[in-house]
Amino acid sequence: MKIDHPSPDDLGQDYLEIRGLTVDFDGFKAVDGVDLTLLQGRVHFLIGPNGAGKTTLVDAATGLVPATGLARYRNQDLLSMRSHKIVRAGVGRTFQTATVFEELSVLQNLDIAGGVHRSPFALLRARRGVPSYVAEALETVGLADLRDRPAGVLAHGQKQWLEIGMLLVQDARVMLLDEPVAGMSAEEREETGALLQRIGEERTIVVIEHDMDFVREFADVVTVMHAGKVLMEGSVTEIQASPEVQEVYLGRTVEGTSHA
Amino acid sequence: MKSLVRTFGPLVAIAVLAVLLLVVAPAVLSPFRLNNLGKYCCWAIAAVGIGLAWGRGGMLVMGQGVFFGIGGYAMAMHLKLEAAGPEGIPDFMLLYGDGTMPGWWEPFRSGAFTLFAIIALPAVAAAILGYAIFKRRVKGAYFAILTQALAVVFATLLIATIQETGGFNGLNQFTFFFGYNLYDPVNKKMVYSIAAGLLIGCLVLVWQLYRSRFGELLIATRDAEERVRFLGHDPANVKLAAFVVAAVMASIGGAMFAPIAGIISPSDVDATASIFLIAGVALGGRALLLGPALGALAVGYGRSTLSESFPDQWTYFLGALFIAVILLFPAGLASAVGRAARLVVRPKEATP
Repeated sequence: MKIDHPSPDDLGQDYLEIRGLTVDFDGFKAVDGVDLTLLQGRVHFLIGPNGAGKTTLVDAATGLVPATGLARYRNQDLLSMRSHKIVRAGVGRTFQTATVFEELSVLQNLDIAGGVHRSPFALLRARRGVPSYVAEALETVGLADLRDRPAGVLAHGQKQWLEIGMLLVQDARVMLLDEPVAGMSAEEREETGALLQRIGEERTIVVIEHDMDFVREFADVVTVMHAGKVLMEGSVTEIQASPEVQEVYLGRTVEGTSHA
Repeated sequence: MKSLVRTFGPLVAIAVLAVLLLVVAPAVLSPFRLNNLGKYCCWAIAAVGIGLAWGRGGMLVMGQGVFFGIGGYAMAMHLKLEAAGPEGIPDFMLLYGDGTMPGWWEPFRSGAFTLFAIIALPAVAAAILGYAIFKRRVKGAYFAILTQALAVVFATLLIATIQETGGFNGLNQFTFFFGYNLYDPVNKKMVYSIAAGLLIGCLVLVWQLYRSRFGELLIATRDAEERVRFLGHDPANVKLAAFVVAAVMASIGGAMFAPIAGIISPSDVDATASIFLIAGVALGGRALLLGPALGALAVGYGRSTLSESFPDQWTYFLGALFIAVILLFPAGLASAVGRAARLVVRPKEATP
C-alpha cells in the first residue's frame, strides 16, 4: 500500500521522522522497515495486534533496543544516542505498566522529572517551594489535590496521569505513550483523551493502543502495524473501512498468512 | 510545624549524638574506654557512607575495607615516617628489607600531602572502579561479590608486600600525630574528639544529601533504575557519585582509626572487616540517617565487651543478635525507635 508522507519542512512543523527502521532479534524482524512521519499538533495512534512490533518500535526510538535505519528528531539521529540523551533531546516515553517512584510523593515525582533542566550543583540543594513548571503540570494532569501523597497509593489511572505529568515537566516535545488507558474506567479514559488533546496542540503525541473506542474518539492519525510492518496509515474512518485491517483484527490472518 | 519537625528533627538527633560523643563521653569514660569509643566512631564514619551507598543507593558495598584501608595506610605511613624522624625510614623496612624505602612512600612525609591523599586516593580509585562497574550495568549480587573480592585481593596484596607495607603485622608503633605526642592522654583525647567530630560532620553532610534533590534521585535510582534513564539521567552517574562519597568516608574512618588503634593491619581491612561494617549498618537500619552510625557503634561496643567476657563465643552472640534484628526489625533497630515514636504521636495527628 502506498502511503503519502507530507513534507514536514514545508509545513514548518516539529516532527519525528522514522525511515526504514528495522529491529532484528537474531533473524526475527520484530520491526521491519517502518516509515513514519509523526507531526506536531496531532494525536497519533499506533495500533495493531499483539506482536505487531509497536512497543519494539518505540523501544528502538528511545534507545532501549538496537535498530538499523533512521529515527531523526530535530536533526539528531536517535538510533545512535543513549536513552538519557534522547530524553534530553526532547523525546519522552511511558511504559505499559506505569512506573512511578512509589516511595516519593506526587510532587517529588514531578519535581524529579525536572532534573533535566538543572545543573549537577543545583541537585545538591533541597527543594524549596514548588517550581512553576511543576505546579503547572500538577494542574494540567489534575493531581493538584494529591500532591503530597506517596505515588504508591495512587489509583492505576492516576499513576498514568502522573507519568504524563512527568513528561510535561521534562518538557518532552515528543511523547511516546505505551497503552496509557489500559485498565482505566470509561470515565478515566475520557479524561485521559481530553488531556492528550489539550497537551497535544504544541507537541507530538504518539499513543500505542488496543482499545478501538478510545482510538475512534481521540485519534487524528492512525497507523496500523502488523508483523513488524506498517499495514496502513490514515484517519479512523479510512482505517475502519479497510478490509485488510479488518482481516488482521478479526484474526483470520494471524502469523504466517501473507496479506499482499 | 509538622514539616519543620520532619526537616530539622534529624538535625536535633545529630546534635544530641554530638553532645553525647563530644561532651558526655570524654567526661565519664576512662581513657581506655574513650579510646575504644574512638575506634567505633571510625567504623561509624565508614558506616555512614555505606548507609548512603547501600541504604539509599541500593549498592551493597561489601568491600569498604579497601577504602578504609587506603585512608588507614595513608595515615599510618605518615605517622610511621613521623616516628622515624626526618630522613629516617620505618623500622620494619630495616627488619625485613634491605633498609631502602620505596619511592612512593616519600610524599607521605608531608602531612598536607597525606591529608590530600586520604581524600583524593579513594575518590579516584572509587571513580575509576565505579565508572567501569556502573557503566557496564553490573548490579545486585554481582556487584556485592565484586567488591567483596576486591577486599580479599587488597588484604592479600598487603600481606604479600611485607617490605613495603609491613605485611601481616601492618603498620604500628606510632609516636606522633602531626606533632602531638600520642602517649600523652590529653592528645589521645584530642584525636578521639577529631574522630567523633568527623563522624558528626559526615552525618550532617549525609543529612543534606538525603534532603537534597540528589537524595531523591538516588532513591529513585535504587527503586527504578531504568525509569531514571527516561528522566534524562544516566543512573550510572548518580550511583557513581554516591559510591565515591561512601569511599571517601570509609577512607576518613580508616585514617582516624590508625592513630586511635595504634595499628592498621590487613585484618582491619579484609573481607571480614568489611562484613563487620555491613553488619553494623544492617543492624542500625541502612536507609535511615542515624541507623548506620548507631549500628556501627553498637557492633563495635558488642565486639569489645563480648570478646572481653566470652573470648571464644562472642562471635556467636553477635551472629545471634544479627539474626534476631533482621527477623524482628528488617529495617534496623533505629526503625524500631521511629515506629515507637509514631505510636505515641499518631493519635494527635489523626485529624488533619
